[in-house]
Amino acid sequence: MEKFSYVNATSLKQVTSLLSDSGWGEVMMIAGGTDLLAELKEYIETPKTLINLKTLPGMDSISADASGLKIGALTTVAEIAMHPTIQHHYTVLAQAAASVATPQIRNVGTLGGNLCQRPRCWYYRDETVSCLKKGGDLCYAVEGLSKYHAIFGGDPVYIVHPSDIAPALIALNASIKIVGPEGEKTIKVEDFFTLPAANPFRENVLEPNEIVVEVHVPKPNPNTKSLYLKAREKGAPDFALASVAGVFEVMGRTCQTASIVLGGVAPAPWRSTDAETALTGKMINDSVSAKAGKEAVKNAQPLNDNEYKVTLTQNLISRAAMMAVSK
Amino acid sequence: MSDKEKEEKKGTNISRRSFLKGVGTGTVAATVAPATILVGDPETAEAQVDEAISKAEIQLNINDQVVQIEVEARTTLLSVLRDGIDTQGDYVDLTGAKLICDKGECGGCTVLVDGKPVYACMMLAMDVQGKQITTVEGIANGDELHPVQDAFIQHDALMCGFCTPGFIVSSVALLNENKKPTLEEIKEGLSGNTCRCGTYPFIFDAVETASQKM
Repeated sequence: MEKFSYVNATSLKQVTSLLSDSGWGEVMMIAGGTDLLAELKEYIETPKTLINLKTLPGMDSISADASGLKIGALTTVAEIAMHPTIQHHYTVLAQAAASVATPQIRNVGTLGGNLCQRPRCWYYRDETVSCLKKGGDLCYAVEGLSKYHAIFGGDPVYIVHPSDIAPALIALNASIKIVGPEGEKTIKVEDFFTLPAANPFRENVLEPNEIVVEVHVPKPNPNTKSLYLKAREKGAPDFALASVAGVFEVMGRTCQTASIVLGGVAPAPWRSTDAETALTGKMINDSVSAKAGKEAVKNAQPLNDNEYKVTLTQNLISRAAMMAVSK
Repeated sequence: MSDKEKEEKKGTNISRRSFLKGVGTGTVAATVAPATILVGDPETAEAQVDEAISKAEIQLNINDQVVQIEVEARTTLLSVLRDGIDTQGDYVDLTGAKLICDKGECGGCTVLVDGKPVYACMMLAMDVQGKQITTVEGIANGDELHPVQDAFIQHDALMCGFCTPGFIVSSVALLNENKKPTLEEIKEGLSGNTCRCGTYPFIFDAVETASQKM
């Protein structure tokens, strides 16, 4: 790790002001640090200054009322996973949070950090590789090793977004509050993430001087069944090969509405409108759920080593739909 | 402390602008202020708004002992435990937590911070001021082993033993939260630790035995 100096943040105004004095990379924010410190150790980032957000007051709590949830960006992933109201009414979110990494990481990693974490692509994480994501000429996944890369929305950078929580929040129609030097704004989490075609260097709309402060999740209707399915290479903690965040309003075995967002398969959380359309208004059975899975992957564009993700994604969606109407 | 360092310690009133300007030209930008003032003191927070710390003398509470040590901003808790030299010139010398992957993946450096298991390699030392840090050295009660430690011996739950301190700490954390975990809960609770020798079944047995004795 290169040397850096450390500023304990005291207000959002101070944070955005400090950030405004540089572009990307000179002055950076740190909360849990479980992603950033790894980047510093690998010299992927070499900031001169880190702003410690953990000293900001009032940003680490969860409040739940009749309208929904408010979760501060400094709330740990463990707190989200263990929160009884979230487990009960926002199941997909609790399950997604519980599937993140390991107990040690969940105790430290924050909501804001989970949403803003950088990709796990082995070319991006290799300090000796100057890939397109880091200002080079090529995305090496295209001709190189692409087992863990994107099957949707990749062009021209085939990373996958590593967050489990983001697909869950999008499926729940959540919003995110962002503060910058000009004040605050709230946008849909779905609109927060961007594809490489728009900007190959970043994964979201944040400007260098903006900070995520809170997430708001509207309360699902009572007939909602939500779940998060995550396929990993083995039983141990890992990032998703593919995952499905599903939020369904069901009546008996009929799916009234479906919100299906995929993780691990695209550079941003990937909403599958094809799967949603295939399920909406239908009585869910084996053939309907199988068709939804098939529809979801009809436009998939796998690379050399990741065709397995197409089948995997298809089957996860079918399974999620069946689980939504079981019991 | 040299006169120059003392001089640096005094100059705590640089502005954000001058600080960043300093960074840009690569000069020594940050000054050192007493860490006790900098951390979590609302009274002085406003005055300290743009203070940047590159080095500081901090106090850590490790296994109920106060360790006074000078650290850089980038110093990890694991570095302090294993390689740190305190202000008295003595090694901190707590080498139970192991440096293995150094990127939060293997669990060999697991310690408790305020009772919760974390990776010491991924914690900045400055961030754990004012918190209760427990390493594997602080698990036993004097000469009396913790039930988890006893059970690891009883079940021969190690081969090379390099991962063992991390597993012990994670197991203690798990049993503090969940007195009678199921096998699945044990596996989940220890999922942040890796054993390359593959002694997992013995470790799981040991945790179960320990749970019956706690």
